[in-house]
Formats: sequence, structure tokens, C-alpha cells
Amino acid sequence: MKSWKEITWGGLVMEPGSSVAYETGDWRSSRPILDEEKCSNCLVCWVFCPDGAIQVENSKVVGIDLKHCKGCGICAEECPRKAITMVDECEAKAEALK
Amino acid sequence: MSETTYVKGKVRALEGDMVVAEAMRQINPDVVAAYPITPQTEIVQTFSGFVADGLVDTEFIAVESEHAAMSSCIGASCAGARALTATCGAGLALMWEVLWCASGLRCPISMAVVNRSLSAPLNILTDQTDMMGARDAGWVQIFAENHQEVYDNAIQAVRIAEHPDIVLPIMHGLAGFVLGHTLGRVEILPDEVVKQFVGQYKPSHSLLDIDHPATFGAYDHWDYFFEHKRQQWEGMNNALKVIPEVGQEFGRLTGRYYGLVEPYMLDDADVAILIIGSATGAAKVAVDQMRADGVKAGVLKLRCFRPFPAQAVADALKGRKAVAVMERSSCFGGETSPVSAEVCSALYLRSLPIKVVTYVYGLGGRDTVPDEFCQVYRDLLKIAETGVAEPIFRYLALRDY
Ligand code: SF4
Ligand code: SF4
Repeated sequence: MKSWKEITWGGLVMEPGSSVAYETGDWRSSRPILDEEKCSNCLVCWVFCPDGAIQVENSKVVGIDLKHCKGCGICAEECPRKAITMVDECEAKAEALK
Repeated sequence: MSETTYVKGKVRALEGDMVVAEAMRQINPDVVAAYPITPQTEIVQTFSGFVADGLVDTEFIAVESEHAAMSSCIGASCAGARALTATCGAGLALMWEVLWCASGLRCPISMAVVNRSLSAPLNILTDQTDMMGARDAGWVQIFAENHQEVYDNAIQAVRIAEHPDIVLPIMHGLAGFVLGHTLGRVEILPDEVVKQFVGQYKPSHSLLDIDHPATFGAYDHWDYFFEHKRQQWEGMNNALKVIPEVGQEFGRLTGRYYGLVEPYMLDDADVAILIIGSATGAAKVAVDQMRADGVKAGVLKLRCFRPFPAQAVADALKGRKAVAVMERSSCFGGETSPVSAEVCSALYLRSLPIKVVTYVYGLGGRDTVPDEFCQVYRDLLKIAETGVAEPIFRYLALRDY
């Protein structure tokens, strides 16, 4: 890590788009689970997600970027088709290990 | 340099607030965002008149509060603008949160603070509680004694704040009403001279520089926050060197030289008063009266409070037998006070065994007259003679019966 003499003043970040490097997924205590069957690809979740974590390709939701999804639940709340459910992060992790 | 080579100013009689507005007109800043509050109102009122009359190129933002005034200045400064504002008392208090953003974001904003007490009881008159309350906010703080210093400080402030070794905001204080609303003699420099002295602001980074996009005000974790704070200490410490440099450069131009502190009859003094701001004149009159009676009295005026010029204060007070630190603020809970805590620290850390007492004075606009300062000198003589400083915290001209 850099010393105080080597960094820009005032916490300026000189590299554009560098928020990708900050993995806010570490904070998550709830995980959004997408039900592709229910999803109509209206992209309301993509519009609302504060972390740009809804992954879209060719106008279709293809997944959720868990490195950056911080588990706020906004997508689940806003989804008109109730296609996203929030589950406990620890349980989701445990499930994945099985 | 002979005196004839100094730039001649135009002598005018102006109220202190007008003096600030006049300096701001000559500085012609990019942005002024300000909210009027007594006794600073005339600065904003006068300056907005200059804007309306087309005398400046400034973008004037009439904001809804002081918090918004400072926030707007911060935004403007981040965008690369030279931003100025003015406030006082309660207005400064309302800015408190964003004062720290201005210094942390390294926005070299200049702000006149027309010193006013903090309520309650409701009071609009002068003391220095407002700036003392903001003393740790990472702003450089200088104070004026008289109208000429109000003008000279307003001009130098811009250069100090924007100096590449500092890049911190600065507040320059002047006493509300006593200076702000009274007419005083002041030499106003030619516009062109001020323009050249302050020069063009060259920000190192700008939000509007789309070729070099940068994020201002990003979240800073435990990993770098500390390092960024360390940088602020560096800028603040550098100001101890830069303030006198700018003051000397200003002196070579105008004949009025400035430093961190200003002694009056101090070299051979046994007893000394250390004071900030407009009451210094009354203390100097008291010195003359005491000297006429054979007392070796002196004054040390503190021009700069942040950064605190500890070495300069210690050098000036060395050899004095007793010192009274005059405190025109109501800051509660310390054994001494903001100014005398610094003075005691400066003397103690240099092993100078000088008796120091604190006198709170002049709160809420109460005048302090030379006779009262003479009383302080008589108290100091007694302290010097007996070696007993207690009580170390005193109230000057308080009805205490
Ligand atoms: S809001 Fe719901 S339905 Fe719309 S794209 Fe997102 S998950 Fe699919
Ligand atoms: S939970 Fe929040 S952060 Fe995660 S995908 Fe949904 S809206 Fe985005």
C-alpha cells in the first residue's frame, strides 16, 4: 500500500471507472436469487440496482454479479413479477458448499 | 527598498465589511456563494451589488443557508473555480460539517468571518467564539486588528490558501461591528496591482477537466483515510512558512509587511499581553500608559492562530516574567482556553518557565478599554513579583460582586 506522500490529495481518484475494483459484495447479508422462469426481462431491477450488479446481455438478465451485489434487496422489492427472492447469505453459502 | 517604490493606495474611509467587499471585487473570484447574516450582511449585499453592476465576472450564488453556501463553494472549488464567501457566528456554526469537507477535499476557499458570539443568550456582537469553535477544522485562520489589515488579509488569504504547499481553505477574521460596521482609514490598492498579486488560480485538478476525469469526495476506508489526514497536517504545517513569505511579498509591494505574530514594545518587556484582533489597539495604548509610569509592558499580537505559530510565540515571549493571554471566546471545560492552552504548550515544550494567566474578556461585544488592560499589567506585575499566578483563569471587567 502507498504512503501518504505517494497518493493524491484529498482522496482524489484519478482512474475513471475504478469502482469496479471495490468489491461491495463483501457486505452482503442477503442474496438475491433470480427465477428465470418468472422474469420478463423488463430490466426494472437493472435500472434500480445501486451497484450495477444486474448482468444484462442482449437486453436479457443473465445473472447477478455477486462480487458487487451488496444485498440491499431493492431489485427484489421493485421487480413487478416477483422474480427475485432474497435469501440469507450464510444459508446461500452453505447451500453452495453442499 | 526605499519607501517611494511602494505602490500607493487610494486612501478611503470604509466600513470593515465594505473593505472585504472591495477586496473581493478586486480579486474578482470565479464564484461567490454566500448567505447574509448580521454582522456580515453588508459584505454579501455590497458584493452582490458589484455583481449586478457588472463590475466583476463572478458567478454569485444566493443560497438558502450557510451550509449550502459552503457546499456550493466546495463544489465550485472542486470544479476548479476560485471560490470566496463570508459568514459569521451562527452562520459559521451551521457550516461546521462542511468546513471539514472543504479542508479534507483540499479546496482553497477564502472566507471572511466577521467574528460574532454564539447564542444563547441571543447576541449578534463580536467575540471570537465562532472561529475558535472551528479551529480544528483544517482551515488556516488569520485575524485582522484594523481596517487596513482586514483589506490586506483578504488579499493575502487567497495566495496563502492556494499556495501549492498548502491548498487548504482559509478564514480571515474581523471583529463584528467594531471593524465590520465602523468607518476606518484604509488604503485601497489599484485594481491591477491586486489582480497581479493574487494571480490566476491554477487548480491541480478540476471536475470539469474531462480529459483527466477524476472522482472527488469518494469514500475513504481505514486503509487510506489516515494517510489523507496526514497530508492535511503537512499542508497546515507548511502554512507556517508560507504565511510570512506571502506577508513579506505583500510588504515589498505595499510597505505593509506581515508575519505570524506582531510584537509591540516587547523586546525588553517584563510583562506582556498576548491578544488577537481588534482590541489589540487598546492594549497598545495601555502599554504606552504603563511605560510612561516606568513599567516595561509589551504586547504580542497573534495574527495567525491556525496553524499555531508556537515557535514564534515562544521566541517572542522568552524572557518575559509574566504573560496574560487574552481570550475573547467562551469555550468551556478546559483548564485554560483555546489560545492559552496553545501558548502554555508552546512555552512548556520549550522549557520556558513563564507565568501564564488567562483573561476572558469582551464577550458578546463588550468593549475593553485601555484602563482595563492597565489593570491586567498591574496584575502581571504582582504575579511576577510574588511568583503566584493563581487564579490562572480570570474574567476581565466582569461584574463579580
Ligand atoms: S425486474 Fe424482475 S422481471 Fe424485470 S428484469 Fe428484473 S428480475 Fe426480470
Ligand atoms: S440486492 Fe441490491 S445490489 Fe444486489 S442486485 Fe439487487 S439491487 Fe443490486
